[in-house]
Amino acid sequence: MSAEPHPLPLPARRGGVTVVRIARQPGGAFGAIVVLVLMACALAAPLIAPYDYAQQDIPNRLQSPSAQHLMGTDHLGRDVFSRLVYGTRTALATALPGVLIALVIGLALGVLAGYLGGWAEGIVLIITDTFQAFPAILFALALLALIGPSTASVIAVIAIAFAPGYARVVRAQVLALKAQPYVDACRALGAGHLRLVAAHILPNIVAPLVILFAMDVASAITIEAGLSFLGLGVQPPTPSWGVVLSDGFGRIRQSPWPVLFASLALAVTTLGLTLFGEALRDALDPRLSRVVRA
Amino acid sequence: MLTYLLRRLLMALIVLLLAATLLSALVRFIPGDPAKIVLGPRASPALSERLRAEMGLNLPVPEQVARFIANAVRGDLGVDVLRRVPVTQLIGAALPNTLLLAVCSLTVAALIGIPLGVYAAAHRNTWADRLIAVLSVSFVALPTYVVGLVLLLVFAVQLDWLPAIGAGDWSQPGDVLAHLVLPVIALAIVWVGYLARLVRASMLDVINSDYIRAAFAFGHSQRSAYYRLALRNALLPTVAILGVGLGNLLGGAVFVEVIFTRPGLGSLIYNAIEARNYPVVQGGVLVAAALFVFANVIADLCQRWLDPRLRNAA
Repeated sequence: MSAEPHPLPLPARRGGVTVVRIARQPGGAFGAIVVLVLMACALAAPLIAPYDYAQQDIPNRLQSPSAQHLMGTDHLGRDVFSRLVYGTRTALATALPGVLIALVIGLALGVLAGYLGGWAEGIVLIITDTFQAFPAILFALALLALIGPSTASVIAVIAIAFAPGYARVVRAQVLALKAQPYVDACRALGAGHLRLVAAHILPNIVAPLVILFAMDVASAITIEAGLSFLGLGVQPPTPSWGVVLSDGFGRIRQSPWPVLFASLALAVTTLGLTLFGEALRDALDPRLSRVVRA
Repeated sequence: MLTYLLRRLLMALIVLLLAATLLSALVRFIPGDPAKIVLGPRASPALSERLRAEMGLNLPVPEQVARFIANAVRGDLGVDVLRRVPVTQLIGAALPNTLLLAVCSLTVAALIGIPLGVYAAAHRNTWADRLIAVLSVSFVALPTYVVGLVLLLVFAVQLDWLPAIGAGDWSQPGDVLAHLVLPVIALAIVWVGYLARLVRASMLDVINSDYIRAAFAFGHSQRSAYYRLALRNALLPTVAILGVGLGNLLGGAVFVEVIFTRPGLGSLIYNAIEARNYPVVQGGVLVAAALFVFANVIADLCQRWLDPRLRNAA
């Protein structure tokens, strides 16, 4: 560690630059705000929500929005706004672990397939093809019918639904990197398999994975809310946007407000996260603009 | 071409075989006794034993799986445990509704999404391009059931312009059409956005290629260069995506059919799950997977047939 000033700008500033790049695009700024609001709601739900999510008030059921109840009340007189605020916890607490598990499984399978090739690659490809042969939601339904609806089941379904996508992206990236001259050079210098993968290949596929992760969280949130809407996701009294939707759907002729506000919450969240993911993609690696989603 | 077709079909069959194995093996790991669920908790042991034998549940798991696949190949997906009707008969009755919904949605999405994408690419960086970009990203991000619920709320409940329930009376085409409008919009909207973005991107790729520059040099007008020369190549990736689209629409159809109380494959599977009617779940999901896999094969073949570069590379 010399005291000499470094002649080149240090790469440590890169994280800061990424944030600025995201915030500079209108879509990215909107997305970043949505991400912050979601995290604030999830972390500080008891401070933000005016009522307990399960507090019933039958005489005041199916109320329209008012000063007491910003988004009205549901069929049991519960405050819709409070239920939606607490619902962010459910959304994030299922989507984040689900997609994270998918990422870890997909990463392992993708590296195996891409780096080893041969029969390992064949097996991984057949597994991913089989899982991707089902429309994701139908597979989720079939699985939930068997393991029973619960929060853990939803996380498992999300992990299984998204893992094949990661395996495919990782495999493609590893295949491309394996053919790079610098990898050959490392091998010639005596680097072992583990070192090649961990130190020279993995760091170069972080960017596409981060981008895919951001985009998949949005899809995972819609899967959780969708399954809960069908009554196959998280179970009452846990507040979920999907449960609010399904409670409201049953009484849509008496009061449109729960469906309307839960729809709004979902629409803003998915749009925000998608825009955030796209801004992240443009900031991290413009070359990926079309690759990741294809 | 023929060897490619055979190889592709073989892969599709292997995938389906694995899918069927997975489905039937999963069903055997259900916590609880399916016979008890069907007959209720107070059924006599003799009766539930008879039903178990009938459902093949007392055989070893590998034999059950093999039986399910052998029967499925012969077009027998088992018997609905509640109504005592063959599962294939239920699927046969439900499928036309779902296919009609999916094909109409995909057609509407293509008719709106593709021109939007072409227009945006031809008018790059104008306000129209930006408007289309905002619209299409919003469409892509919206969950199908949110669109469906809001359409139902506005046009069926509040305004009462269109029917909210069922698929309509098949003897009256106008009635069927009226019942299709909202579900089709709900399913199509994501694909309008998706196709617009995809077509814009691939159109821009093609427009920037050498042969289009050459066409301009040879005096082609922008109109002729874009719409006669570029569009054909730009649409190639769309063909493959439409195959995937048909399969995904089958998944989205579950929500739309539940929201609009439409009969179809999605609502059949959904109701079977609620009733724990496993043969119907198993058969329904397998048929959906088969449709998905073969839609992809057909899309692949169309793409090869349209694109001589892919044909010769095989």
